Amino acid sequence: MVGLVAFSVAKGSTDIFSKEGFNFITQSNWDAVEGRESFGAFPYIIGTLLSAGIAMLIGVPISLGIAIFISEIAPPRIGTPLAFLSELLAAVPSIIYGLWALFVFRFWVRDLVEKPLYDAFHVFPIFDKTPFGLDIFTAGVVLAIMIIPIVSSICREVMKVVPHSQREAAYSLGATRWETVRMAVFPYVKSGLVGASMLGLGRAVGETILVTMIIGNVIGPNAIPTSVFSQGQTLASLIANEFNEASSDLHLSALIALGAILLVLTMGINIAARIMVKKKVKVQSGAKSQ
Amino acid sequence: MTMNNNKKYRDILLETVDKKYRKRMFVNKLVTIFTIICVIAAIVPLTSILIEVVKNGISAISYDFLTQPQGSIGSGSGGIAPAIQGTFIVVGLAAAIGTPVGLLTGIYLSEFAQEGKFSNSVRFFNDVLTGLPSIVIGIVGYVLIVLALGSFSVLAGALSLSIIMIPIVVRVTEETLKVVPYSLREAGHSLGLSKAKITLFIVLPAAKDGILTGIVVAISRIAGETAPLIMTILGTSLFFTGITGPVDALPLRIWRLASQPYESAHAFGWGSALVLILMILALSMGLRLLVQKRSLRPVT
Repeated sequence: MVGLVAFSVAKGSTDIFSKEGFNFITQSNWDAVEGRESFGAFPYIIGTLLSAGIAMLIGVPISLGIAIFISEIAPPRIGTPLAFLSELLAAVPSIIYGLWALFVFRFWVRDLVEKPLYDAFHVFPIFDKTPFGLDIFTAGVVLAIMIIPIVSSICREVMKVVPHSQREAAYSLGATRWETVRMAVFPYVKSGLVGASMLGLGRAVGETILVTMIIGNVIGPNAIPTSVFSQGQTLASLIANEFNEASSDLHLSALIALGAILLVLTMGINIAARIMVKKKVKVQSGAKSQ
Repeated sequence: MTMNNNKKYRDILLETVDKKYRKRMFVNKLVTIFTIICVIAAIVPLTSILIEVVKNGISAISYDFLTQPQGSIGSGSGGIAPAIQGTFIVVGLAAAIGTPVGLLTGIYLSEFAQEGKFSNSVRFFNDVLTGLPSIVIGIVGYVLIVLALGSFSVLAGALSLSIIMIPIVVRVTEETLKVVPYSLREAGHSLGLSKAKITLFIVLPAAKDGILTGIVVAISRIAGETAPLIMTILGTSLFFTGITGPVDALPLRIWRLASQPYESAHAFGWGSALVLILMILALSMGLRLLVQKRSLRPVT
């Protein structure tokens, strides 16, 4: 089936790659008008990586915090309902996050986060753009909210495999709770935690509909972000935006080629993540059999 | 003199130990507070989402809203009935394709496959498939079915959604079957049952609840998918016309409504979101009741 996916994506994108060649990845024009068609994916690759990067920056520490709280600190009386709640949050479809972000959350972000940041730091280029609410930063924050339940629940699973004797050993040496987590739990599950975050990254990179609703959707050279408050575009959101309005076969092929880039990107991330999580599980089962 | 010196050293030592101890406790407290802030930071958006969806959605829902097709754009009349119908049809069809395929693959991997290169690569590709963005899977539906048939269709949508569903079901089925104790299978073998019979009558019933949960999780996941539907079923404001025609679906309708500039469309969007959430919630609640009721019954 993966073959099927690869085949159809490859088949759909041959047109554009044969026309633009490698330039498709590096140039930034996006013009679908017949006669002067020219397509380049560069700005959208940047937009994808930037929004997903912001999501990771915000999402991963919070997920980790939640995982630590639920699995190491909270008594089961509080931890169990919290775990249930985060499962619930994971089941909310992304379109609903998108709707909420578009009509509610973006005003919070604009007024409470972006404006103060802009006022304080607009001398730095990355914050220098009048915040508008529909931009890469908002998209990153909402993506973070979306991946938190997933990443934190995987982190929790991973931390569950740490044998209790590890923790007890640390406590018996007089370690505080944080020291136990830092010295006995983290080293044991480090690669598992990295893997969990990378699975989250895969989700953030591939998320379509939510990003389409809030990222501002600009095309062409303007879509290369100059600051985190720029409106942008990601690979997935551009496909969603233009797919039904594609005017020519070449245009369509260009959109499918964006899908191909996205495919390669997420597949790389996921495979790396799986390998890391697997390694952890292997170590653990080895320990068990002794 | 020495006595005095010793005492002095002890005091200094105690003081440093005390200082260090206090610092460690302080760091510990800091981290605890940080984790609590994290939890709060995650809960606030969730409650906000639920509150907004219920608050804005409930005023949109009426009898007409649930049973009528959409009125003229911007008028705020009519309803989302075609989208509800479409979601049931597309998701139902996807589940009808995805469940057996996923289930059988999972059973194969857990019960019949020899451990080796083949089963490992199936597992690996299955994992890769789980991680693919849904929009890429939509492209598959488009290239393979929409282009081949020449029109956007229910079939293409259902196929795309089933591709999203299958790896989840495979995974859960295999994991659940693996947990079934081996002694159960041995009991079957000792009675001289064939492997197929053991799987069908002993292993599967034991793992039924877990597998059912997996299937429901997969269905609720695809019910909320939007991206692949854009490129497969297109979305119309009309009722179902046939399996090779375009159809509407709730997530798609929400997306279209949200991008219209009318207040009434936005209200409809919230209403559709509430309907969608309630459908997904009903699915998982129904499952919970089913599973709990069964496990309450004593095992005979």
